[in-house]
Amino acid sequence: MAKSSLDKKFDQIRKREEEKTFSTKKRSRIVNKFLNNRLAVLGLIIFTIIILASIFAPLLSPYDPMRVDLRSMRQPPSFDHWFGTDSTGRDVFTRVLFGGRVSIFIGLGSAILSAVVGIAVGCYAGYKGGWIDVIALRISEIFMSFPQIILVLLLVSITGQSLFNLMAIFILTGWGGMYRLARARMLSLREEEYVQALRSFGLSTFTICYKHMLPNALSPIMVNITLSTAMFILTEAGLSFLGLGVPLNIPTWGNILNVAQDILILQNYWWMWGPVGIVISVFVLCVNFIGDGLRDSTDPSQQG
Amino acid sequence: MKKEILKLRGLKVHFPVQAGVFNRVVGHVLAVDGVDLDIFRGEVLGLAGESGCGKTTLGKAILRLVEPTDGEVKYISQDDDETELTSLEKKDMDPFRKKLQIVFQDPHSSLNPSFTIFGSLQDPLKKFGIKSKEERRKIIGDLLEAVNMRREYMDRYPHEFSGGQRQRIGIVRALCLEPELIVCDEAVSALDVSIQAQVLKLLMQLKKEKNLTYLFITHDLSVTEYLCDRIAVMYLGRIVELCDSEDLYNNTLHPYSEALISAIPVADLDKQTKRIVLEGDVPSPVNPPKGCPFHPRCPKATDICKTEVPTLKKYSTNGNEHYASCHLIDLPEIS
Repeated sequence: MAKSSLDKKFDQIRKREEEKTFSTKKRSRIVNKFLNNRLAVLGLIIFTIIILASIFAPLLSPYDPMRVDLRSMRQPPSFDHWFGTDSTGRDVFTRVLFGGRVSIFIGLGSAILSAVVGIAVGCYAGYKGGWIDVIALRISEIFMSFPQIILVLLLVSITGQSLFNLMAIFILTGWGGMYRLARARMLSLREEEYVQALRSFGLSTFTICYKHMLPNALSPIMVNITLSTAMFILTEAGLSFLGLGVPLNIPTWGNILNVAQDILILQNYWWMWGPVGIVISVFVLCVNFIGDGLRDSTDPSQQG
Repeated sequence: MKKEILKLRGLKVHFPVQAGVFNRVVGHVLAVDGVDLDIFRGEVLGLAGESGCGKTTLGKAILRLVEPTDGEVKYISQDDDETELTSLEKKDMDPFRKKLQIVFQDPHSSLNPSFTIFGSLQDPLKKFGIKSKEERRKIIGDLLEAVNMRREYMDRYPHEFSGGQRQRIGIVRALCLEPELIVCDEAVSALDVSIQAQVLKLLMQLKKEKNLTYLFITHDLSVTEYLCDRIAVMYLGRIVELCDSEDLYNNTLHPYSEALISAIPVADLDKQTKRIVLEGDVPSPVNPPKGCPFHPRCPKATDICKTEVPTLKKYSTNGNEHYASCHLIDLPEIS
């Protein structure tokens, strides 16, 4: 008697199982769950496109972002200039690409570095408690209670305007939030029984808090990294707008957007600020989608 | 001849209570307040009492998961070497951590959700000198089979298991370093009755196979009855009665134990049991009553109970040692 198609399928599965070729672990669980989230994947794709476009900007655009061309001032978008040109005839598309390099670097870099500092301090202090925790908490409060703008002004007047000063300030003011988040998670996690079990084996503090506890504290931190990436990009734009951020000669998204403070440009030359505004929004949105996806996929209690 | 494995002498765990702006210490929670207890090799010692009486704290203090305030925990090895554990440095504790392990109450928080079973169990093995991954997988696999689970389960995550299965994994974790004493901290309380029986049976079987000693912490006296060789009853951080488990049920000496036993449901319609209902709650361990800590709730309390603290005295019932701390016992005290 001929076997039904279902039987055949079962036979195949059994055969593969016997040959041990039946690999259940092609991709890690986290990657699988992330890929199931459509918005997150979309976010990741656009995020990657924007980053790659910024990195390979010289290949994508024939223009120099700094070169002034007075013959082609304030041209609307055309085949030669996709996003038009600005008041000094520089190609806006090229400037958006090059500006992305700096803006993304500042946003992502400061967010990740401040998270690294915040997590390193927060995990240890939160798990250990005692005087280490008290001191770390007070220090973070001092940094968080200091107005960012004043710090920027101070540092700019002492060391001059530069990209790295700006990042240093972002990290100094940003690590406190991450620290508190990590600490709060650790405080609740350290009462869990699996942590007690690890302690009953006498494992070292480092193994317990960075290897076993940290993965369970990571999901809110991931979301926070993405949110602060977005925030840092926007803050950079704001500070550059005031002339306190990145020096004006370096194109950043903030510096490009800067021209919108002129009511004439705002009303008549939409291409000078419109596209870059959209790029900032889309990028920030993508980063948030990725954050959402990461949160869901790294949360082990959620199945997917 | 019975040999001790642990001797507790005057063990105290006090937690400071802080209040006010400057976190001044305004008092202490006397969670464990002077416990003397011997645990013998190969026995199952039940530790019973209401919630908040300090059972769990006592169990954790033995393992130094909670630092004892005062008193001694002596571990006696098979070669009769005595070691005092509470005064040891952290790293000197390691050889004894291997001997003393714990199974926790809540199967939902006792496993790390981010790691597979193998992932969360392998670090202790690594620490205690099992270097090759193959060997670690073999040890954990064998133990999983010993608790009636499949070897392959070690690569699964905790959320894929039921409560009873997780509790058995918790037992595997406690067993993986081949301990001598396991503190079962309400190990079956969170499970439903049919699973409880299954896990208890498993624990007894493992005890036989591996020569274990259990300190079985529970609030459920009906569980201890079938399980334990001896039972200690705790009230407000102190042991009020300690005896063979049969004697606790048949020759109860302390009025508190009587009340606890009368609360066990009996599955017999014709049998009328007299229930002793205790009035009120356990008094605050921050500020225990003067005299016998049980006197405000004791149905038999007399004047002496209000002023004098009873000590744990030795009596004899059925020819067995029977300790109790109550002023109102008529039996002759033996020394």
